[in-house]
Amino acid sequence: MSGNLAAAYAIKQLDVDLVAAYPITPQTTIIEKISEYVANGELDANFMLVESEHSAISSCLSAASTGARVFTSTSSQGLLLMHEILFITSALRLPVVMTVANRSVSAPINIWCDHGDIMPQRDVGWIQLFAESAQEAYDKLIQAYRISEDPRVRLPVMVSADGIILSHTYEPIRLLKDSEVTSFSPWNLYPTRLDPDKPLTIGAFGYPEYYLETRYQSSKALEDTIKIISEVDKKYGEISGRKYGVVFPFKCEDADVILISMGSISETIRATVKKLRKKGEKIGMISLKLFRPFPFIEIVELIKDVKAIGVVDRALSPGAIAGPVYNEITTALYLSKINIPSMNFFAGLGGRDVTMEDVKDMFVKLKEVAKTGTVKDNKFYVGLR
Amino acid sequence: MIMKSELPSWNEMEEGFITRTLTEEINETGSWRTFKPVIDHSRCTKCRLCIIYCPEPCIDLEVTSSDEKVTIDYNFCKGCGICAEECPVTCINMVEE
Ligand code: SF4
Ligand code: SF4
Repeated sequence: MSGNLAAAYAIKQLDVDLVAAYPITPQTTIIEKISEYVANGELDANFMLVESEHSAISSCLSAASTGARVFTSTSSQGLLLMHEILFITSALRLPVVMTVANRSVSAPINIWCDHGDIMPQRDVGWIQLFAESAQEAYDKLIQAYRISEDPRVRLPVMVSADGIILSHTYEPIRLLKDSEVTSFSPWNLYPTRLDPDKPLTIGAFGYPEYYLETRYQSSKALEDTIKIISEVDKKYGEISGRKYGVVFPFKCEDADVILISMGSISETIRATVKKLRKKGEKIGMISLKLFRPFPFIEIVELIKDVKAIGVVDRALSPGAIAGPVYNEITTALYLSKINIPSMNFFAGLGGRDVTMEDVKDMFVKLKEVAKTGTVKDNKFYVGLR
Repeated sequence: MIMKSELPSWNEMEEGFITRTLTEEINETGSWRTFKPVIDHSRCTKCRLCIIYCPEPCIDLEVTSSDEKVTIDYNFCKGCGICAEECPVTCINMVEE
């Protein structure tokens, strides 16, 4: 199955009530497949044809507020068009789940993978999970509903799976039985919902006396979900045999240098580490599985004793001091009073291939930094001509 | 004026900013008004268009056994002037407060 077909299959098993989405490459085949399931009666859901992504997410938000289990999916410009409503969904504490097949943003028009679409969504207050394989996209989607509908969480969840690389590549996938999915993520009647018999108002006008408390409440709730996300992952491991954690370290125990990355790039890095380890190089890597809330305690714990770290960003943050993931990690280190020389690698933008040779180069640079203890230029654009 | 001590803290507020009180009943939008719509009842045809168009909605048709009368609830009329604009016989005048 491709990542997209695996996602669609998970949605069928999760028995959602409403799907509202607008086609955009490379996400489209998820929705195409779901519409097929609905049309031939395999999934009893309301499939809404909307005129834009803005309407898709608005429909999901509204349906979720009546207690329905909802799903949408998008990429790139579509996600940017949803931006406005994403904030509202999290502040209203609605359990909307969506997949993002990560794709670059225009201009120039480019349909390939990078994280340029997801990074502008850093502050929307959603839980953001990252998959590095199609299998993981499937697994994470099943976890997402359980997390999102947990009464202690009640927040929307995005599952990011790199466009084209994961969305369109076929790989063998281990599927759960329908009954296993149903008992793991049972359909929850969301507690506060619109009901004509018990009228209430959601999303009303918030005076300056209330705004701060409301936003603080949802932002604190997001920070507190990290424990629950780990707990759900552990429980999922028990039924499926697959456990990912919020960070997934590889060969970090005795490593001198560590490379940290997110999404499908991590697989290439892990393969490179495996190869170089055979030659005796003391290197390791960490794959970030969660970006919001950011697992800074877990990361610092893993890297605090190494000689140099490298962070791969698959998106630019023009005018910022560095890339978005790098900024999170270095701030975490600074606040922990740990000073490790570090480098920020920008790689894989607009679908540019990141090969094992590229990763080897990154490690060569990091080892040099570890040896000298100094960084000449902390930003490095992989493959820039 | 709301006193600071009466306001709830973040964890006393219901999650998702849910308001159970009927906010439209406590927020008297009538205080926003600069111009007040005044109906000339002698010319009003009781077509009800103003009732449909009023965004508040604060115009009502008062029915008694002998009469029908279009009335405006000035506690909520915010003076937007839409009724005056839509009235087909222009019998609503906007009068400065
Ligand atoms: S002025 Fe506006 S709010 Fe007032 S009665 Fe007319 S339409 Fe309604
Ligand atoms: S729109 Fe004018 S004529 Fe019609 S009911 Fe209202 S005031 Fe009367």
